[in-house]
Amino acid sequence: MIYLQLFWSFFQVGALSFGGGYAALPLIQEQVIEQHNWLTSTEYIDVLTISQMTPGPIALNASTFVGTKVAGIPGSLVATLGCITPSVIIVLLLAVLYYKYKGLSLVQGVIKGLRPAVVALIASAGLSILLTALFNKDTLPIQWAELDLISLVLFMIGLVLLRKTKIGPIYVMLAAGLARLIIYGLTTL
Amino acid sequence: MKKDTSFYWTLFLSTFTLSAFTFGGGYVIVPLMQKRFVAELKWIDEEEMLDLVAIAQSSPGPIAVNASIIIGYRMAGIRGALLSVIGTSLPPLIIITIVSYFYLAFRDNPIVNAVLFGMQAGVAAVIVNVVINMVKDITKNKLILPIVVMILSFIAAAFTSINIVVILFICGAIGAYTTHKETQKTKGGLK
Repeated sequence: MIYLQLFWSFFQVGALSFGGGYAALPLIQEQVIEQHNWLTSTEYIDVLTISQMTPGPIALNASTFVGTKVAGIPGSLVATLGCITPSVIIVLLLAVLYYKYKGLSLVQGVIKGLRPAVVALIASAGLSILLTALFNKDTLPIQWAELDLISLVLFMIGLVLLRKTKIGPIYVMLAAGLARLIIYGLTTL
Repeated sequence: MKKDTSFYWTLFLSTFTLSAFTFGGGYVIVPLMQKRFVAELKWIDEEEMLDLVAIAQSSPGPIAVNASIIIGYRMAGIRGALLSVIGTSLPPLIIITIVSYFYLAFRDNPIVNAVLFGMQAGVAAVIVNVVINMVKDITKNKLILPIVVMILSFIAAAFTSINIVVILFICGAIGAYTTHKETQKTKGGLK
């Protein structure tokens, strides 16, 4: 019974969160705190913090965390399955339509209109990631006094490496993490 | 392309690795996918990549999951889609399951925090780099409309609380309308 509840709760989160991670937050909150009392508010904030610290979509992180807490590893599997099922159905449907009809001029028109918007959305996400990395907050206005100089230097080196060499993005991320760890080690010793 | 065991293994391993490195939100998967599927494996081209992101973004659910479903479907049908969705879901499942048993220690560990803080700067470089490439691509034809659409969408997404789906819907409609107009013009010219 608890498995069914977990599946259905996260099915709704997956099916209704249009627009990525931040759209999922109120839905997750509604399901796991208000409807089912699976998490306390403090635990929910911990889930958000950990989601920011670990890779992967926040909705999947939350479903795994809540599933494990409520019903162990089977719980986390069921909750994750619930969360991705709507995506699999809807995205597959759209993908099938896209590849079947992408030759049509109307579909090409829609896609042509979407391209600049997609770039804008990625740029908008990029802005908040950049602000988080440099100022430790993800919205404007920023205060220049809070600019983290080490982060700025790591960011600049990373950007130059990505633009001027063929180095892969994963290595840039790992190197930046390692550099910060070394600096942390040097300053605390 | 030969759909043998090594092909499926590459697809699974690629989606698994990319998911394990999408720090900082779903969009980070876009530069990672571009590097892997466009530049390294050459399975799809730049424009198709943007189309796939558009589909991923127009559907509900995590963008990283949605994008990997489409890549999988594109490369190997339903079977490919299922394989890549498993590849994408496994890293958060494994990592969070482990972390959930000692998450307080993990959250408050200064070494973990130092590494993650550093990685944020790397993630920022990765996403800014891909945005520069994409903006260059949109502006290279020097057409006014796509540039205006891009700037207005950016303002709407970054500085207002307008839902992303609304932005995508309006831009799709603009694209359909202008293409419709162009086709009419060509037809008129033939008469």
